[in-house]
Amino acid sequence: MSEALSAPAQAPSASHKGRPVRRRKASFRHDNLMGYLFISPWLIAFFAFTFIPIIASFLLAFTNYDVLNPSWGWVGLQNFERMFTRDPRYIKALQATFFYAFMAIPLRLIFALAIAMLLNTNRRMVSGYRAAYYAPSIVGGSVAIAVMWREIFGRDGLVNAILGADIAWLGNPNTAIWTLIILAVWQFGSPMLIFLAGLKQIPREFYEAAAIDGANGWQQFWRITLPLLTPIIFFNLVMQLISGFMVFTQAFIITGGAPLDTTLFYALYLYQRAFVSLQMGYASAMAWVLLAIIAIMTALVFRSSSYWVFYGSQEE
Amino acid sequence: MSTATTTTAERAAVHTSAHSLWRNKAVRTVFYHLMVAGFGIVMLYPILWLFASSFKGRAEIWTNVSSLIPQQFTLENYVNGWRGFGGISFTTFYANSFIYAGIGTLLAVLASALVAYGFARIQFSGRRFWFACMLATLMLPVQVQIIPQYIVFSQLGWINTFYPLLLPRIGGQAFFIFMIMQFIRGIPRDLDEAAEMDGCGRGGIFFRIILPQITPALITAAIFSFYWTWEDFLTPLIYLNAPRLYTVSLALRAFADPSGTTDWGAIFAMSSLSLAPVFAIFVFFQRFLVEGISTTGLKG
Repeated sequence: MSEALSAPAQAPSASHKGRPVRRRKASFRHDNLMGYLFISPWLIAFFAFTFIPIIASFLLAFTNYDVLNPSWGWVGLQNFERMFTRDPRYIKALQATFFYAFMAIPLRLIFALAIAMLLNTNRRMVSGYRAAYYAPSIVGGSVAIAVMWREIFGRDGLVNAILGADIAWLGNPNTAIWTLIILAVWQFGSPMLIFLAGLKQIPREFYEAAAIDGANGWQQFWRITLPLLTPIIFFNLVMQLISGFMVFTQAFIITGGAPLDTTLFYALYLYQRAFVSLQMGYASAMAWVLLAIIAIMTALVFRSSSYWVFYGSQEE
Repeated sequence: MSTATTTTAERAAVHTSAHSLWRNKAVRTVFYHLMVAGFGIVMLYPILWLFASSFKGRAEIWTNVSSLIPQQFTLENYVNGWRGFGGISFTTFYANSFIYAGIGTLLAVLASALVAYGFARIQFSGRRFWFACMLATLMLPVQVQIIPQYIVFSQLGWINTFYPLLLPRIGGQAFFIFMIMQFIRGIPRDLDEAAEMDGCGRGGIFFRIILPQITPALITAAIFSFYWTWEDFLTPLIYLNAPRLYTVSLALRAFADPSGTTDWGAIFAMSSLSLAPVFAIFVFFQRFLVEGISTTGLKG
């Protein structure tokens, strides 16, 4: 893993120093025709399925396009105005999504880091443990697991059976969203593996030197592990942020947005507007606000990174 | 833990002996395995519960809830579940899912490899610009594309066909392109050059030199592509409305409709079965998965 991680960083420097420039150029020479030929599948798909749809979506956001209504037209900023002033369900969706993201993402990353540190050892069985902890993540997005989760938290489900209680976890507006947050936290596998790769990069000598200086495990964590991992925390945070705001399937299956719209996640509400009520102009406007939210959140994380992400003497 | 029943007089001595016990490497190892394995079982418990419940009889399923061992082991749920609903069995749903995941994966991986080679090894005007565009699409929520796509595909009469699901994959997927590019960059250029001197064109270099070398990256991409397509729910939900075209995901959702069904054993059986291909791949190709995630941050 560590070899693969550092491979891209080493490759260019090797070709710079090790070989004459002339030879390097020979295999990397300018060739517009072949270049565009090789990337043409992506280029075509990009224009057909990404770029043009995005432009269309942007224009649709200013219309009241409705599949069933032939007399649709330009409405200016009305969709956006309606979202924030005349659509209480939209506000509910925003609240639910932000609450979910702000709870699930930090918890997931904390679990991922804690378990990664436990598994960062040469003890036997570690690869088996790693597989066990990662297993929920590979199936977590599936309908099967969502159905399972619904029954686990159901009235007659596993959780009540273990607790000996009779609690309507999914029917109570205070607890329903937590079942989804727990489901998200349960799937900490991917950030865990990324943390694990990062932990393996930290030189052992750092810890040995710190131990000689009398630093205990707790101090070593705060002074060595955490600062050196900040670039990876940053990466994980950005990735989780982007996906956290787009969560759909689990809420669709498990709660359907109920009760009282407390789990009506943004993507779920957008789907309902676009493909159930068929208000595609309004839904496009919602999609653009979602894009703006994700862009702003990501930009904030990037902006803040200069205060807490530590690059030290490491190569970028 | 073994010192829990000691007298007050021995407390001080116990304290130090517990301390030296903790210092003992073997004790720490046992403690470590107990803790990590214990928590691992908690993590896996829901999935194990699902599998166990799929073998429980109808009477037992909601009465013997928390047990992982069925009192009466039965395969009846699988037989009943496979019959599906509305006269369509899971044979159809699995066929649909395999078509979608199989062709979709093949398209996505092959195209990604071609595009990755273009970006990684050929210098052309606008390369940086298009590469930046490609990376930008990684952050794009699918919601800003899907509505116009839907409008066009429905105008073309492609609702209830697989075209809207498969066609957007002809360009590869940005994640895979990026990952394969990283891999290609690690291959020494000498090989390309040697092939070029022997008269190989770009196509020859790609197919004969690069493609065999990037097999591990292609396998990783194929696994993830298969997973994402197998579990994909939103796209089939939008485009496939006829039950005979349902993928396993859609079928499960319809099958497990709380207002319609009562045969929970069959639902658990079909849910467990739908995870089988995913876990089978996981068991056989774990190395590729772990490396794929650790090196590129692909999410599973």
